[in-house]
Amino acid sequence: MFFDFARRNVRLHWLRSLLAMLGIIIGVVTIVSIGILGNSLVLAISDSLSTVGDSIIVTPHTGGMGFGGGGSAPELISDRDVEQIRRVVAPQVTVPVYSGSARMKIGAEDTVGVIYGLKSDDIPILLELAEGTYLRGSSSAMVGSRFAHDNHIKVGSRISVGDKGSLRVVGILEERGMGFDINPDYGIVVESKWFENAFGQNGYNLVIVKVKQLTQIEEVKSDIERQLNRRETVVDVIDTRAILDTILTAFGQISTFVTAIGGISLIVAGVSILNVMLMSVTERIKEIGVLRSIGTKRKEIRRMFLYEALILGLIGSSIGGVLSIFGGYAISTVMLQTTEYLFVPSSLIFIAYGVAFGIGTSLLSGLYPAWKASNLNPIEALRHE
Amino acid sequence: MEEELNEICSNGSIIRFREVTKIYPLEGGDVRALDGVSLDIVPGDFIAIMGPSGSGKSTLLNLMGCLDTPTCGDLCIKGRNTRGMTDEELTVLRRDHIGFIFQQFNLLPLLNALENVQYPLILKTGSRNCIGRCREVLAAMNLDESLFSHKPSELSGGQQQRVAIARALVNDPEILLADEPTGNLDSKTGTAIMVLLDDLNRNQGKTIIMVTHDPAIAKYARRIIRIVDGKISIPEEQAGALANVL
Repeated sequence: MFFDFARRNVRLHWLRSLLAMLGIIIGVVTIVSIGILGNSLVLAISDSLSTVGDSIIVTPHTGGMGFGGGGSAPELISDRDVEQIRRVVAPQVTVPVYSGSARMKIGAEDTVGVIYGLKSDDIPILLELAEGTYLRGSSSAMVGSRFAHDNHIKVGSRISVGDKGSLRVVGILEERGMGFDINPDYGIVVESKWFENAFGQNGYNLVIVKVKQLTQIEEVKSDIERQLNRRETVVDVIDTRAILDTILTAFGQISTFVTAIGGISLIVAGVSILNVMLMSVTERIKEIGVLRSIGTKRKEIRRMFLYEALILGLIGSSIGGVLSIFGGYAISTVMLQTTEYLFVPSSLIFIAYGVAFGIGTSLLSGLYPAWKASNLNPIEALRHE
Repeated sequence: MEEELNEICSNGSIIRFREVTKIYPLEGGDVRALDGVSLDIVPGDFIAIMGPSGSGKSTLLNLMGCLDTPTCGDLCIKGRNTRGMTDEELTVLRRDHIGFIFQQFNLLPLLNALENVQYPLILKTGSRNCIGRCREVLAAMNLDESLFSHKPSELSGGQQQRVAIARALVNDPEILLADEPTGNLDSKTGTAIMVLLDDLNRNQGKTIIMVTHDPAIAKYARRIIRIVDGKISIPEEQAGALANVL
């Protein structure tokens, strides 16, 4: 009955109720859309960071310079260290990598590209082929997809690397996305023997260890550190999953923060419901007096007004929930140019959050007016005109 | 403790005031609305309370209706002392044993005539299956059935007051409190309402306490209580009769 009362009152003052609901609708749509955007962003980033969660990367220690260390005389990992790593991590696979950059000539065009030297046997472990074949013979090369696209390279094209010699392209690589180990999309991959001869380098730039069971990552990582950094720190060991986690956590926090800003609009909506409910109480003081005098308990009055807030919140939040699917669609299309991350559970859950917050805000805003209504002195309320 | 309090009340009166004082604290100084009032009302009585404005008539009625509690003294309703009762207990007492009739009718504007009558019954029973009883009570108030679905704003004053009386009666209370029940009605309609109240008193044994300014209306009562400055002043011609009751 009290619900019925509340419903009738919402209907009687439909315009006022509608405006209060509009606030809730906007609030819910805002936080849900922003929440979906944030989540889609995290998903998009974790997808583009390729699947490197299973690698340990060993780089020469650079004395706190971070990884890479592309100075004039880069530290390198010696053959002996690579053998040690191989022994410690067995049966996990160890892939030593040469890397550098070089001026290249493709046809008449000059360009600069990244060049990786890998053993022929290791290449299929790290890289996938889009067309052509894996390396055959020491003067063949494989080209990253972006590099091939930008420079119009096809299987059979020739690339001259500075004054080191000429390579024949035998394969184009599948696009790999940004990785923490190697990024061959914008470069070429050659046989390590050729790299050694051409650049005269007597050590590797990094060593990648592929770990088959993710649960062993920590163990393998500390094995390597214990073996190589016994006396002094020779190498830095990073596992890619940890980096990925850090980045995703950071983005997750950013999206939570932005969603919280969206939540401000919901607070504003809460204030407008508070306002509407207070008006409703003030207008109905006499009616409350009558209700009390014919035997309505305080808690029943309170319930009546809370129902009113609940109705506003329920309808507003439901409409907001439906509209926020469109809102999420629009904001994803505009900002991410894709909606593939919209209809996944981790995005859609934001609709449930939004609706719950909307209803919660409405109820919270209804608390004070309901309390005020139930505590009116019945005699004074009856006298009110 | 509770037994002691209720012992004061066990003299057969349906309403009993014992040295009741009501003080309203106001900024300009306390107002003593009732000053040591003692009064006994027996079941089946019909009382008119008269007195000038601000004399304490309404305070007396509000106390009887459990809308307010005495500042000091004992007030008994149906043999129960209201002292120390919680707001909820007072509300239940009011809901189940007391019916209110107002000068302004005070029907709930959102509800139609029948729903207005249903409301207190639903409050009491928690069930909506009481339409039969409500129709019965409304019909007994001589309200045309075609008006049952009308909102209060679509009814005349007399019709509204009939609905209001039906609402007051639907929970079958022993006590009816009427605050100027004919004050907003023309004299013909007012007379009809008074005939209705008189009938309820005579044939159904309802105890009626009515506040009024109008001596012609007060004549329907079995006795008149005059109140001046928060005290009951007993008119000489009734003093003897009243002494028997007290």
